[in-house]
Amino acid sequence: MAEAKKGWFDIVKSSYVWKSIFRHEYQDTYRNRVLQVSSNVFLHLHPTKIRRHALRLRFTWCMGGITFLLFLIETVTGVILMFYYRPTGEYAYHDMKYLQFDVPFGMIMRNMHRWGAHAMVIAVWLHMFRVFMTGSYKPPREFNWVIGVNLLVMTLMLSFTGYLLPWDQLSIWAVTVGTNMGRATPLLGHEGPFADFLGVNARYDARALLTAGRLVGAATLLRFYVLHCIFIPIIAAVLMIVHFWRVRKDGGISGPL
Amino acid sequence: MPANKEDGTNPEGHIWRIAPTRRDIVGFLGWGAVLTSIGIGTLAWVRLMYPRVLFEPPSQFKLGKPTEYSPQSVSDKWIRAYRFWLARFDDRFVAISAICTHLGCTPRYLNTEDKFKCPCHGSGYRGYASGWKVIATNFEGPAPRPMERFRLSLADDGQIVVDKSVVFRLDKDEASKPGAFLPYA
Repeated sequence: MAEAKKGWFDIVKSSYVWKSIFRHEYQDTYRNRVLQVSSNVFLHLHPTKIRRHALRLRFTWCMGGITFLLFLIETVTGVILMFYYRPTGEYAYHDMKYLQFDVPFGMIMRNMHRWGAHAMVIAVWLHMFRVFMTGSYKPPREFNWVIGVNLLVMTLMLSFTGYLLPWDQLSIWAVTVGTNMGRATPLLGHEGPFADFLGVNARYDARALLTAGRLVGAATLLRFYVLHCIFIPIIAAVLMIVHFWRVRKDGGISGPL
Repeated sequence: MPANKEDGTNPEGHIWRIAPTRRDIVGFLGWGAVLTSIGIGTLAWVRLMYPRVLFEPPSQFKLGKPTEYSPQSVSDKWIRAYRFWLARFDDRFVAISAICTHLGCTPRYLNTEDKFKCPCHGSGYRGYASGWKVIATNFEGPAPRPMERFRLSLADDGQIVVDKSVVFRLDKDEASKPGAFLPYA
């Protein structure tokens, strides 16, 4: 047989650069499909196969997936906002206004971040409600429920720390009220039970650790910014990885009763 | 101390050893060093979160000479600026924080009824006639404890100085502590 005519794609595929990236041909076989998922750095958290019931929206509500999607949206829009936002007492409020009124598409980025945050909290609660009502917290999935509760706390902490960043009256006083609860921490809060045991006071207690001082000020803003953008997202991401992995290890999404 | 058997277990057949082996000691020292480092690092990190200097509004204010306050009265003079009352008794001054112990509103001092009354949920606190030890003690409404007091002292120029960062609590029996009042006859 005469040599087949080589198309431009064949020429690209035989190039050194292509081969250095993909190494070998891809044959569309069941084995290769499994390998594609299990050996791919981005897809390996997915199960290689899922049962039909796992796709039924009436059972899962897809709330876990929507929560994750919202987390990704928050990450992307949040990083975009970081290009303009300076977390200092002098600039924070004006940068927020600048993003809203003078930066093209700044308003939609800020609003996506804000509404996405609200939606994420709601989706997390609905996800938790679904898991509870379908009994999916029961063995062998009990540890994943614990991880999920921690993820709930991380979501709420992200909401709380993000609330301060617009740096207007609403956020300052909301966080003032919120952090005042820290005064009543047992042992570590200066107005809580056993406060005298360790000798904590208003200057050195659990609340002062959070607010970086006796009141909510510029130091608090910077501290909340770091917590909001670095600390809590990393912990949440690690927990999410374990959460998804455990879903698979514990037997996939639980089936209808 | 009886020696371990060759496999490291003790002669009585329990899984734990009686005498620590060289490996146990080295392992203990190694893990001890690692955990100590992590512990010291954690403590240092917590301490780093409490800076030595805070950039906050001052907590001490000069309030003028004692003679500027009429005897046997509760002064509203500093409510708007610093949110506390200065009460002058026959032998002393007392600074009362104007933060309701229920949910943090600012109560009002009602002269005619001689009591402190919170407009938010109706907490009431005893007035001037109850004396320096009892004044601002809760007696009606949801307030769980008396209002706090601030430290008072006298500056070199003869002015009263209040320090809002030091509080005294009646429910902890701190009314008679030095600083909880300013003696003045």
